[in-house]
This record gives sequence, C-alpha cells and structure tokens, in this order.
Amino acid sequence: MANYYQPEIETASREKILEIQNEKIVKQVKHVYENVEYYRNLMDEKGVKPEDIKSVDDIKKLPFLTKADLRDAYPYGLLGTDIKNCVRIQSTSGTTGKRVVAFYTQNDIDIWEECCARAIVAVGGTNEDVCQVCYGYGLFTGGPGLNGGSHKVGCLTLPMSSGNTDRQIQFMMDLGSTIICCTPSYAAYIGETLAEKGYKPEDNKLKAGIFGAEPWTEEMRRGIEKSLGIKAYDIYGLTETSGPGVSFECEEQTGMHINEDHFYAEIIDPETGEVLPEGSKGELVFTSLDKEGFPLLRYRTRDICVLSREKCSCGRTHVKMSKPMGRSDDMLIIRGVNVFPSQIETVLLNEGYTPNYQIIVDRVNNSDTLDVNVELTPEQFSDKVGDIEARERALEGAMRTMLGIGPKVHLLPPKSVVRSEGKAVRVIDNRKLHD
Amino acid sequence: MAIKQLSVFVENKPAALNKIVKILADTGVNLRAMSIADTKDFGILRVIVDDADKAKEALSEETIVSVTEVVAVEMSDEAGSLSKILDVLGTENINLEYMYAFTAHKDFGAYVVLRVDDIALAEKCLKNAFLKTLSEIDI
Repeated sequence: MANYYQPEIETASREKILEIQNEKIVKQVKHVYENVEYYRNLMDEKGVKPEDIKSVDDIKKLPFLTKADLRDAYPYGLLGTDIKNCVRIQSTSGTTGKRVVAFYTQNDIDIWEECCARAIVAVGGTNEDVCQVCYGYGLFTGGPGLNGGSHKVGCLTLPMSSGNTDRQIQFMMDLGSTIICCTPSYAAYIGETLAEKGYKPEDNKLKAGIFGAEPWTEEMRRGIEKSLGIKAYDIYGLTETSGPGVSFECEEQTGMHINEDHFYAEIIDPETGEVLPEGSKGELVFTSLDKEGFPLLRYRTRDICVLSREKCSCGRTHVKMSKPMGRSDDMLIIRGVNVFPSQIETVLLNEGYTPNYQIIVDRVNNSDTLDVNVELTPEQFSDKVGDIEARERALEGAMRTMLGIGPKVHLLPPKSVVRSEGKAVRVIDNRKLHD
Repeated sequence: MAIKQLSVFVENKPAALNKIVKILADTGVNLRAMSIADTKDFGILRVIVDDADKAKEALSEETIVSVTEVVAVEMSDEAGSLSKILDVLGTENINLEYMYAFTAHKDFGAYVVLRVDDIALAEKCLKNAFLKTLSEIDI
C-alpha cells in the first residue's frame, strides 16, 4: 500500500506535471532575467530572451550555471529576491576556498520541507513515528531539511545532529525511534556499534532509514538493512537547489523520484552540453522551477546518472533518477563532504610544498579515510624526525581548515608519488562505490 | 672540530634502505657509523662516511640528503664514560637531539656521535672536560 504526502501532485498525470512545469518555467525565467543580473548577462551573451522560453522544451536554450559561476557570484550575485525576503542561508562545504551560500525565503523552506516530507511518507512515515535525524545540523542542509520534513509529517522529531553514537543509541532505544535519517556510512557505523553493545537487529524499533549525502552501494544497503533490521532508502539533493529531497526513493527501491513540480531535470553530454535522449547516461542538470531566494536555472550537478520514466509500482508519476554513477569532474565525496583535489593542491602551494601529491581514499569499517601523500623538498628536510612530523601535523591542520575534514598527511621523498606516463595519478579511490 | 653527518630521507617500505646503501657501495664510499630514526611513513638514515661530499652527490640523485654537523667524542671503555659526556652537556644546558655510538677503525676505540643544538659550545666544554672529539681527518 503506497503512501503519499501530497497524493494529488505525486501521482499526477504526465500532462498535469508538464502543465505545472510549463507555467512555472515561463514565470521563473522572466523573474530571474529581471532580478538576477548575473544570469541576465549570461542569457544576453547567448542571445536568449525570456520570451523565448515558452515551455520546458525551451529550457535547453538557456545557459548553464556551474560551480564556478556560484563562486564568481559569491555571495549575493545569484540572489533572486530582495535580501529582506530571505529568512535563512545554508552552505556547502567549501570548494577551492569559497563556499556556496544559498538563500531561502520562507516559501522556499516550506517547499523544501514538503519535499522532505514526501520522502519520509514514502518510507512509511506518519505522525505516529519517531524520526531520529542524525544528519549534521547547521549550515549543512541534511539536518535542517529532514528535520523540517519530519515536522511536516508530524513525526516526533529527535534533532540529534551527527556524532556521539552512544547518545544516538540511548535515545534510539529509550524513545523507540522508528525512522532514522543520516549518511549511509554513519548508519552502518551505528549498526556495528549496536552489535558491539550486544543488541540484536530486532531489539530496536526502527523500520526505515533515509540515507543520502554520499555515494553508497547496493551491498552497503543490504548490510545496513540487515544490521539495523530496517528498509534503507536513498535520498538525493544539493544545497544549490535546496538540499535533500530533490529526489527520493519509494518502496520499490529502484531509483529516486524527482519532485518534478519543483525541479526540472535534464541529462546532458558533459563534454558538449547537448541534451541527451531519455535513458541516456550523462550529467544531471537541474532547473529550479519555483525557488525564490536562490533560483538557479540549468545548474550542472556534475553527477552522472540516468533518468527513467518507466511506470513505477508505487503509483508515483514523477521521473526517477538512478543513483549517481560517478562525477563529470574530479570531486570526491568523503564522509559526506565535497572534496576537490584542487583544494588540497591550493593548501600545498600555500604552505610551500610542490604540487606532487597523491590522494588516497578508502573505506575502513564503513567510514571513509583520506590520506594525502606529499613529496618533501630538500629545503624542507630535516635530520630530526620531530621536525618532519611537525610538518605533517601542520599540513593536516591547514587541510582540515580548507576541507572541513581531517586527512592524514604522509611526507615522502621526491619522485615517490606514483606517476603514469609522466603524469601524476592524483587520486586513488579504493572505495569502489560505483558498480 | 665538528664532523659531517649525512641525513638521508628514506621511505618506509621494503628495499628502500638497501637502495640507498647500494648507491654508497657503488660509489665506493665506506660507512663509519650509522643510525636510523623511523616512523610509520619514513625513516631518516644518519651516516658518517669517509667521503661525505662524494656520498652526498651520489645519494642526491635518489632522495633528499642534507649535511648535518655533529660532534664525535671518544669514550673510554669503562662504566660511566657516557654519563660523564652527558654531564658536560647537561651542565651547560646544551640540548641533545639524538646520539649513536660507533667504533673507529684506527684503534678500535669507542665513540659517540652527538647531535646537539649548540655545536660550538658543546665542543668547547667537552674540551674543557678533557674529552677528545674527532675531526674529519680522523674519520
């Protein structure tokens, strides 16, 4: 038996969805053109006028926005309304030093929370549930998004934030949490900790988990489902478009329904920018149809995936996206944090090191590890072990400040970073997240 | 007089040290004394050789090598002789970074290599205490 938060829209006919999208996009493009100078300039450069956009079919005429645009326009350049109409900001982990700051009006927050509410109801959530949110709260969208969604559904919400696993488990057991929301790696960790403490999967009252913000495999899903005794569901989103809840899994667990009444999705060829036919694998691009504070049009997510309009047994009619199968750029998601190799390079150059480095990412006991091998120069060498170790600690500190997560730095002799065909292999990801 | 020690950066992995000493062998450089400080990732090989300049040139092709000035002090073969040397340094508040011992080929006497923060002062007070330090020529 399928559950919907907003049945009318979630199961609307294809025609109805298109009608809503067409109506919204015409208004949205006009509004952005008139209010966002940065995007108006991009449209003018491309020779596109708001009147050229008559339906979602015309979205392909619009210029793209990339993370680089967000950086250039930081902080107010892509603001879509007067700042006095905004009530909140959320932010991503920094990319090459500058963060993405997204603005929300109250209406934006209501819609975002409704999207999250749809995800919670889709996994069986009702006002009788106890929803434990252990995504980080604060600038990160994970906590606030699911927290708001949980309120909308009427669940008893436990705003745990991340970390302090003993306390998570104590509240889970004492208050009988039935739904848990966190990153998949943290869910796996909680499962292990429960087992270590002697709990069996049936000892907790959990029935479902909503896990996102980082890539995970089907194998990991099965592991979490077994260790917690639940069904594990995927959720997708990004700060640039709102946060979690852009799309979510239903009971079928075969892809995430995109909330198409708010977000228009395209799949493009990351090389040419051309829109690819349905079913093709390519880069996911989102257009916010009704965002007011931060109305991004054609934002390139850099996530590679496939869209499917195949009929879903849950009754939802919104298009489904596959789990992201990779990235069209070199971004790594480590413990839920976006990390670009260029950020690490920036730190090294700032600290006087060579750009000869290697990033090694792995997953040990379901938690991501980040190791950075760096070549030492003769000037930096010392005959004292303590001096070199102090350098390692200093670099780790500088990287933690830049990335938001702490790596382990290893200083090595020159030429010890592996090179292939003369070019250094910058990143070794041993996690095997994409099957 | 201070003597030259080569400090060599070596990755902590199988065969890394052998690569270094092979280079010394191929260059015809003779090792007088050595010690290794190791961590999980790397080691620092400290050597006293008969021709520091030649050894440094050859090793620089492979890894980072620096020349560090150290003091080599003669020790008599009896209880308390190391303590006597360290007493001298301690009294003058000279910090000892690290040390290692070796025997020289000449007379099979024992020597201790000291890496200190103030070489000039160390030499002066060791001399005042009637302790013999080695110079390059003795190596």
